[in-house]
Amino acid sequence: MSESIQSTYGVAQDDGLLATKDLKKYFPVKGGILNRKVGDVKAVDGVSLAIEEGKTLGLVGESGCGKSTLGKTIMRLHDPTDGNIYFDGEDISDAGKSRMRKIRRNMQIIFQDPASSLNPRMSVAELIQEPMKTLTDWSKEERRDRTLELISEVGLQEGHLQRAPHEFSGGQQQRVAIARALSVNPKLIVADEPTSALDVSVQAKILNLLSDLQDTYDLTFLFISHDLSVIKHICDDVAVMYLGKLAEVASTEEIFDDPKHPYTKALMSAVPDASAESMTDRILLEGDVPSPENPPSGCRFHTRCQEYIGEICETDEPQFTEPSAGRYCSCHHYSGST
Amino acid sequence: MTDNILTVEDLKVDFHTEEGTVHALDGISFEVGYDEVLGVIGESGCGKSVTVLSVMGLLQSPPADIVDGTIEYKGTDLLSISDTELNEIRGDQISMVYQDPMTSLNPVLTIGHQVMEPLLRHTNMSKAAARQKGIDMLESCGLADADRLMDEYPHELSGGMRQRVVIAMALVTEPDLLIADEPTTALDVTIQAQIMELLKSLQEEFGMSVVFISHDLGVISEISDRIAVMYAGRVVESATMRNIFTNPLHPYTRKLSESIPSLDSTVDRLPTIEGQVPSLYNPPTGCRFASRCPEHLGEECEMVDPRLKRIEENAAHKVACHLYTDVSEASPPWDVEEGDAQAVTNKATQGDKYE
Repeated sequence: MSESIQSTYGVAQDDGLLATKDLKKYFPVKGGILNRKVGDVKAVDGVSLAIEEGKTLGLVGESGCGKSTLGKTIMRLHDPTDGNIYFDGEDISDAGKSRMRKIRRNMQIIFQDPASSLNPRMSVAELIQEPMKTLTDWSKEERRDRTLELISEVGLQEGHLQRAPHEFSGGQQQRVAIARALSVNPKLIVADEPTSALDVSVQAKILNLLSDLQDTYDLTFLFISHDLSVIKHICDDVAVMYLGKLAEVASTEEIFDDPKHPYTKALMSAVPDASAESMTDRILLEGDVPSPENPPSGCRFHTRCQEYIGEICETDEPQFTEPSAGRYCSCHHYSGST
Repeated sequence: MTDNILTVEDLKVDFHTEEGTVHALDGISFEVGYDEVLGVIGESGCGKSVTVLSVMGLLQSPPADIVDGTIEYKGTDLLSISDTELNEIRGDQISMVYQDPMTSLNPVLTIGHQVMEPLLRHTNMSKAAARQKGIDMLESCGLADADRLMDEYPHELSGGMRQRVVIAMALVTEPDLLIADEPTTALDVTIQAQIMELLKSLQEEFGMSVVFISHDLGVISEISDRIAVMYAGRVVESATMRNIFTNPLHPYTRKLSESIPSLDSTVDRLPTIEGQVPSLYNPPTGCRFASRCPEHLGEECEMVDPRLKRIEENAAHKVACHLYTDVSEASPPWDVEEGDAQAVTNKATQGDKYE
């Protein structure tokens, strides 16, 4: 198993390229006639994880579980409410604007919908050069050379450089977004559902491109997705998120062969599989994800859990424990075993 | 044919736009039997939604123009009847579930109003009876506390609940044919699993026929008896669900299922389909998949348009590919599951294959 998992619990500053420690991001809810703060949406509520250099960590969960907020908070596009973010050994959780500008050369993000993340008024060449202009001191020639190099690397042609984003298909637009993120030679890329808006045959091409680029540039990925089969294909390790907290962290192989947390089990069995003959042992969760504004007491999953033990699930919040070496799971089923 | 509830024959639909004419559907043929679930699969832009919108008579014209073909529902050609007659059938005997529940529900009307509407419009039911029927239907769709929900507005519900309401609306008149256009695409996997279970049990309970559209092979395999694969405005293959998975005949069907990452197997690289879907402004003359096809045979593929043909008389498996126009080569050039390969070879040696 990889070191990133071993160090997930009790993260130290020098673990991996990226680590978060008890990271929290709350969004205030305002209401009443005085528009006072009446509560918090606890989008990310105490997440500790670490990614080793050159690896891909998959972050999986349903919509509204906080996975995108976590990705954006790591990028410091949101300011964390509490907790720490360590990038390359440095605590960046309250780094100032000019410091972040330097750090962002090494961390970039790819968004879900390329049509809305690319400025429609800019040409492809301008789009790819923009991060280099703002984040590096490269000369015009260096920037142009890098652009030409990137455009072929992501599978586009030189003739495409002067075109606007709307002239491209969704898959090609996502290639432009990837080239843009890669332009400044980052170490870490946060990929926030990069293939969700694409057709399956295009998705396959983009996934192949991402793994090729990872090999070429020794990139580290935080890969956010709701699609378990995509996660399984591309990730080394997987973190399962539910209502702002991590439910389980393990290597891809272990988590798919032997999921421990009841939520992970339910998530896996919900995936429709064309090759499966019968669906007799499917676990069907009841109801919807509860509101993160007012999460259930105790274990957040107890309202839908198929392996509910008893009162302890409603009163005590389960701690992250290690049911078997190198795997972490927050569930009362395993709290006695350590 | 009278044993089919819906027969679509050689349907051609064009869209007239400023840039030219888009040939969105180019001779689509399929049929849906009674109590059968037909899955329609294809990538975006292949014409799945245009097909069902034509069946429902919901295509806006202009720009849409149904150039040719027939859509027969229980022996009536839906394209030749008047709007009044169509309105009697649509919403009563044929109903539809759309992809995005938020946009298919009216935000300013209560759930009750919207669920009762088809009943009040199509039957002589009293308002009180319609309300009771609406509550019953919401409950069969797995919504607890339906009585209270009747007076709520769509924005007060979650995505999964809204989609249940949309399904209840479609089923409240007990239609004979339900058309579901990507009903779970906007939902999370765990909610998707709930909705799929619901649709399956309701289909069994009411014994209705269903046309289920999806781009997701996994979802479609859960519910369908038969699957039609669409590519660039054509049906390229149609067969029973099992045959599509164990013995895909069209190269596109095979490549499509290979390019989806699977939970069961691990590969280093996903197989991809080279090239892009051809433009429908000016589609290629021959097979539309020719330029991307790994089994390309030669000039025939570029020049001659393969028609959708049965592999064997009375067999349900149809394919539009030149690989199978020659009887002697009627088995697919790739590995198929044991037993099925034999079946295809047998078919190939029985002479007189095609209608």
